Amino acid sequence: METIPSIRVENLTRQFGGITAIQNVSFTVNRGEIVGFLGPNGAGKSTTMRILSGIMPATSGSAWVSGVAVAQDPHLVKQRIGYMPENNPLPDDMRVIEYLRFRARLKGVSSKKLRDTVQEVMETCDLARTARRKIIGTLSKGFRQRVGIADALLGNPEVIIMDEPTIGLDPHQIQGIRKLINNLRGRLTVVLSSHILPEIERSCDRVIIINRGRIVASGTSDSLRQEFLPGNRFELQVVGSERSVTEALNAKGFEIEILQSETLKDNILNLTVRVEGSGELGPQLIAALNDSANCTLRSLAPRVPNLEEIFLAATKRSWEETIDSSKAKPIAIAQS
Amino acid sequence: MLLISPPTYIAAVLFLGLMGFLYWAILRGMVNSPEESLPIVQFLSIFWIPVFFVVPLLTMRSIAGERTTGTLDTLMTTPTSRVAVILSKFTGAYIFYMLLWLATLSFPLLAAKFFPSAALSGSLLEPAPIIGGFTFLALSGILFISIGIFASSITRSQLVAGMLSFTTLFVVIIGGQQLGNIAEGGADLSFWMSEMVSYLQIFQHLDDFSRGVIDTRPFFYYTSTGVLLLGLSTLVIEAKA
Repeated sequence: METIPSIRVENLTRQFGGITAIQNVSFTVNRGEIVGFLGPNGAGKSTTMRILSGIMPATSGSAWVSGVAVAQDPHLVKQRIGYMPENNPLPDDMRVIEYLRFRARLKGVSSKKLRDTVQEVMETCDLARTARRKIIGTLSKGFRQRVGIADALLGNPEVIIMDEPTIGLDPHQIQGIRKLINNLRGRLTVVLSSHILPEIERSCDRVIIINRGRIVASGTSDSLRQEFLPGNRFELQVVGSERSVTEALNAKGFEIEILQSETLKDNILNLTVRVEGSGELGPQLIAALNDSANCTLRSLAPRVPNLEEIFLAATKRSWEETIDSSKAKPIAIAQS
Repeated sequence: MLLISPPTYIAAVLFLGLMGFLYWAILRGMVNSPEESLPIVQFLSIFWIPVFFVVPLLTMRSIAGERTTGTLDTLMTTPTSRVAVILSKFTGAYIFYMLLWLATLSFPLLAAKFFPSAALSGSLLEPAPIIGGFTFLALSGILFISIGIFASSITRSQLVAGMLSFTTLFVVIIGGQQLGNIAEGGADLSFWMSEMVSYLQIFQHLDDFSRGVIDTRPFFYYTSTGVLLLGLSTLVIEAKA
């Protein structure tokens, strides 16, 4: 069983009329991984998730959830998946505990285990003390989201799919949900989607970036950094001019490129530079700038590109690719 | 969902209030001028008045409402079959509908309690027409409720579902009668045509049942059409979850 990935998707395509929502999407998710699905609105995140959870059939391609083909045995797949749809729809006039018991029964939890199962997920999601008997319509958004996650956890699924679990929450609630997802780490395979980048970066082991219905990048945020934004980046504050910095560093044999430049006040510049090379570049840069007569270094800090920049680079690249290929032959462009 | 939502109770109160009023009006009419038929028979012959508003009110939310709130999606991700979803929606609404009708039996019971003289003459609680009439209601209920469920399954808006089931019920109940009138007016209908028209005569069915004539054709009509509509609803929610 160890060798079977939790989710395997091959060449999945879904069309709505003439519009291609996703095109040849392939990826695998291993057991116990937390994977983030990242993409702008309408990129095909929800479509992929809906196909995986068996609500919607794919136009072509195949998907397996823990070795079971979604198209062949949707019933079995549904037993192994906990799905929380976008916007987390809940019946407003039920109580939390009633709703969870109802859902547990729907998911085939036997009546003997019902009480314990519901209690367990309510404790995992921190609902047991505070919101046990509250009516769902009166709950705050953070609690509603917890109820949604609790529901997804019911019935002991192997895979949890959450479509935008942190949408519309305040920072405190986001932190709470993040902790909750962290608690699930190792026990379950979690796939979550978001267009909030720091969110994904903090809670996920691996990121899949999807844009216009295609996967444009996939990997850990470190490997994505290497792929999309290679080189070392530093943020410098210097007294002097751009030219003097470039000259000083070129004199010592550094290839640099100034990405951003901002004048703070009286001659003080804030520069973001990309430096080719490897190893401990920081001390060498400091030494090089100290030797220069025309500029004085005030501060230097390595700058790790965040997921936002990777995302922008990746989606930009896919844009260019789409435009190039659409010149060659017109392709329906994803939208939803 | 049916038992915890306010529209259900609004429908129930409206239904019982209206039916109580109608029963009282029938009894009053009987006092003023003697009639041939029993009050319960007259009472059941106006079954269509409450059907027009109770059935849409009970069923319009069932699937359209779930679709609007999005809970249909979450329902679809559970390992329950679509047939089970439709059947449970139907059963819930159907049982509630029948409970409402059973509650109307309290009218003759109350009347018998307060007017023991009338009860002694046996005109209030004659068992045969009550049994026949309620068999009819139980049968026709299958068709009416499944019309409502089907109307609710094909749309996202509860309003549209309600209007759709109302008009369909109207066509089925009144339209059948009108066809019958036309058939009687122009006597040159061929045999199979008149057979077909009589097959759709819901009022005629009620008359027969109250008199104790229990025919298999209405049985077949109501159950087969009901099953057909529920089957279509299952296909609809499968195609557009």
